[in-house]
Amino acid sequence: MSMLNEGRPTKQDDNIVVPDQNALKTHTGNRALMVDEPLIFEIGSPDRSGVDLPEAPAVASRLGGLERGEAIGIPGLSESETVRHYTRLSRQNYAIDVGLFPLGSCTMKHNPRLNEKIARLKGFSDIHPLQPVDSVQGALELIYQLAEWLKALTGMPAVAMSPKAGAHGELCGILAIRSALEARGDAREVILVPESAHGTNPATAAFAGYKVEDIPANAAGRVDLDALKARLGPDVAGVMITNPNTCGLFEPDMKAISEAVHAAGGLVYCDGANFNAIVGRVRPGDLGIDAMHINLHKTFSTPHGGGGPGSGPVVFSEALAPFAPLPFVEKTQENGPNPHFHLVEEETAEEHHGNSFGRMVAFHGQMGMFTRALTYILSHGADGLKQVAEDAVLNANYVLRSLEDVLDAPFAKSGPCMHEALFSDSRFTNGLTTLDLAKGLIDEGYHPMTMYFPLVVHGAMLVEPTETESKAAIDQFIGAMRSVAERANAGDELLKTAPHFAPRRRLDETQAARKPILVWQEPEEYAEAAE
Amino acid sequence: MSRYYTDEHEWVDVEGDTATVGITDYAQEQLGDIVFVETPEVGSELEQGDDAAVVESVKAASDVYAAVSGTVIEINEALEDEPALVNSSAEEDGWFFRLTLSDPSELDDLMNEKAYKAFVDGL
Amino acid sequence: MRYLPLTPQDRQDMLATIGADSIDDLFVDVPNDVQLDGPIRDLPMHAGEMAVEAHMKKLARNNSAAGDMPFFLGAGAYRHHVPASVDHIIQRGEFLTAYTPYQPEIAQGTLQTLFEFQTQVARLFGVDVANASMYDGSTACWEAITMARRITKRGKAILSSGLHPHYVSVAKTMARFTKDQLVSEAPTLEPITDSEDLLAQIDDETSCVVVQYPDILGRITDMSALAEKAHSHKALLIAVVTEPVSLGAIKSPGQMGADIVVGEGQSLGVGLQFGGPYVGLFGCKQKYVRQMPGRLCGETVDAEGKRGFVLTLSTREQHIRREKATSNICTNSGLCALAFTAHMTLLGEKGLRELAMLNHKKAVVAADRLAKINGVSLLNSSFFNEFTLILDKDTRPIVRKLADQKILAGVSLGRLYPDTDELARGLIVAVTETTSDEDVEMLARALEGELA
Repeated sequence: MSMLNEGRPTKQDDNIVVPDQNALKTHTGNRALMVDEPLIFEIGSPDRSGVDLPEAPAVASRLGGLERGEAIGIPGLSESETVRHYTRLSRQNYAIDVGLFPLGSCTMKHNPRLNEKIARLKGFSDIHPLQPVDSVQGALELIYQLAEWLKALTGMPAVAMSPKAGAHGELCGILAIRSALEARGDAREVILVPESAHGTNPATAAFAGYKVEDIPANAAGRVDLDALKARLGPDVAGVMITNPNTCGLFEPDMKAISEAVHAAGGLVYCDGANFNAIVGRVRPGDLGIDAMHINLHKTFSTPHGGGGPGSGPVVFSEALAPFAPLPFVEKTQENGPNPHFHLVEEETAEEHHGNSFGRMVAFHGQMGMFTRALTYILSHGADGLKQVAEDAVLNANYVLRSLEDVLDAPFAKSGPCMHEALFSDSRFTNGLTTLDLAKGLIDEGYHPMTMYFPLVVHGAMLVEPTETESKAAIDQFIGAMRSVAERANAGDELLKTAPHFAPRRRLDETQAARKPILVWQEPEEYAEAAE
Repeated sequence: MSRYYTDEHEWVDVEGDTATVGITDYAQEQLGDIVFVETPEVGSELEQGDDAAVVESVKAASDVYAAVSGTVIEINEALEDEPALVNSSAEEDGWFFRLTLSDPSELDDLMNEKAYKAFVDGL
Repeated sequence: MRYLPLTPQDRQDMLATIGADSIDDLFVDVPNDVQLDGPIRDLPMHAGEMAVEAHMKKLARNNSAAGDMPFFLGAGAYRHHVPASVDHIIQRGEFLTAYTPYQPEIAQGTLQTLFEFQTQVARLFGVDVANASMYDGSTACWEAITMARRITKRGKAILSSGLHPHYVSVAKTMARFTKDQLVSEAPTLEPITDSEDLLAQIDDETSCVVVQYPDILGRITDMSALAEKAHSHKALLIAVVTEPVSLGAIKSPGQMGADIVVGEGQSLGVGLQFGGPYVGLFGCKQKYVRQMPGRLCGETVDAEGKRGFVLTLSTREQHIRREKATSNICTNSGLCALAFTAHMTLLGEKGLRELAMLNHKKAVVAADRLAKINGVSLLNSSFFNEFTLILDKDTRPIVRKLADQKILAGVSLGRLYPDTDELARGLIVAVTETTSDEDVEMLARALEGELA
């Protein structure tokens, strides 16, 4: 026989003892795929570059004597190092692509890759916002088509496309309300906001010069209609209501609320952050609201990108439409063979849009998000979008009913939830809190749910599975959640030091806030600053 | 020198017509690690109940109201570099500001130490 | 539906677990009269990738892409070459599909890149600190004005006539509601900026002077005297940079004494995208950091003493301060900030300086060529990569006509200032590393044709 036994050993010595990995140290401090990455300031240098540029023409400069002489302090890396730097860093991030991301109210659903491909077509990505309108007809038509969809899905007659994010959309809506009231000579001063509202609502109202007052909630987690009615009066400009609300519940009295506010001369702003729960099934316009922003990154799945960019178009009722901001796209020759799209900007606005409250951004809004959102909408169609809402609600209720025996669910008795399930930490023992459960979930391989929001529930945990998760994925998540909840109920000390397996252990936020280090400093200064 | 307390968890030390104001040990305990204190400007006139200072933890910002009316004459500059003083010594080194009392009769409605302790025990 | 994993059987099983007969049972809180009985009428049904792609490509084809023709537009958005690796990096799913880093233990990737971004921006601007980004330059500019109001407790902002008219327009819209007083005028066609006028206007009621650098007409001015005068009146100097590449060639605003520096970061990594999403840059002196809007990332240590990063100073923000927050902003422009920082890392200081000088010198050559045309004169005595030409005819119709001939000639001042007749003959021309000599020649010939 030819006895080929060269090469790697394939049989492990039976007597070998596999040591506890926690007791082991490595030379680098890394652990296989878990690799720490230094800062570019520690690995780069100012004279290295990952870009090759042609020679500049040999002419004298004309910089008005303001040449920048001193070092700027920007290190460079070659392309190979750059790709590795960011790839290594990316691996320290949790993301939807990695796993279920149950962040309530944030709507972390799958981001279809077709959307990315479309956004990169040169006809969308490589056009300048100030090109003559005849050279960007396709772009304007795209904005127009998305606007038509948003109007149809909400049952509202007008839409402002330019707001850059949800909070910016809120501002747009509130400024329109203020403009409409001022136009009728009605200087009202107060905006009513439910206690459970997202912090942007009061911040927005205050920014627009309004005084903010709370609307109380009833025991079922809804707006207390009687209390609201009692507060309405000639000083109330309007209300800002989130529906479905931040407890994950639909406001069944929404129509009555709108009617009461209108009867008192006010206007109704709806925070559309949770529109994904009802899209295609309920049109907010049928609920009597006057303005609502739509987070394209939530309902229509443009990527969250580690914190933006967002996009927050605002739909308007007839009452507010004349006050919508500039610019917007208009279609002319509606019935002709060659429709033309033009931009209504400051110069043409005076003729037929003289009541516009003005401009909110330099250009036309988040085009790159519009392309993705319209792609998403066309992929789903009217039937698919309805299914989106229904599956989102189904998944959330499934989570709610599968966990309510181990976690306190403050509103579960009163009926089904919408797209997100709300729990509290009231059954935890041994001083354990929502934060500890969250960090325990990290060790189980999940991004935690939204925690400590809404503020109306102690130790709130808001779970939004979204419609793009399979039943198997949700069952696995429920299993993990049950296990950690049971440990928290039993007072498991180990949760207090979780996470144990993440790239970092709990971070010292107190130190970060007491002595803020917001930019990298050379080590000498560093040492001094730390003193 | 006499010390007074408010039901907003502030303490007031009075010496002559000068009052020193801070937050109580109970308050710092509740707030957790203090990371920043925003003190009023010297010279500002405060009415009883006005927002006088802000005390920040990592997760919250709490307003500190003027326990009594008066003109701010000094602020505790040590807090700028070391907000942790409020945690380690809330009722001494962690004082916030001093003011000249404009209406000493307001002190009559404040609590003494015993009353404050009873108030806190009842929370 | 390819994005929806639940099968009809899954749905039945899950309803059974919930104890509901049908999906309608889960919508009981929604009054019947507002529930739709089927898909919204007259809207298309779902479609496959091929059909959607065909629809979108048709729209995309109906636009003149900058890369397909001679292109000279700037005025707040610039066409630069974005290295291929930048787009690869931002398409990593772990960056693209991550959320705001509220759970820092599993978001160090995003947080470290933000920390690096903040440092790059602060150094580029010559200021102590920078935030994790804003929506865009125009909104960052307005936020800076409100920040100056909070710091100085004064409500009068003096805007340079060289500030981008859309930035002015945004500020005016907001100021109407916040009752801030804004002083502003349209620019005049002078070779030098309005620094002298601004100096004369600063008084004890002024909260800030807002100066664009280089300005809307491409002019560059030393802001040191403005900083000094502003500071002597306890007012702030806010500098606005719409072309960050310029700071690889010219002194930073911080070096000239600016207190707050804001800008549009689109030039690096982001691309034109018809105006958005872009990335607002925001930096300031250390002493004002607690009055800053927006997210901030800071360094700290974890329970084992390892360096790590967290979002910090969040008590300034809306989710804690609610109506007392420094701003209602609730997001940054995370992915665009990543593109910016990755592009900047690829360039490095050497690459940035080379890129800046390449832009500048190409612009010098182009300016001289175009100024030779009969009926064209160059306004600027100094500029970076953008300058203003004065034609002996109104430029707006010419720009439209050239666009029909597939030459995107620049931004006419008539488009930006439709109400100011004196500016109607102005044309802002931007030249970057992507502009070829042939492009310049084609523009020159076309202009010669129009002006003959």
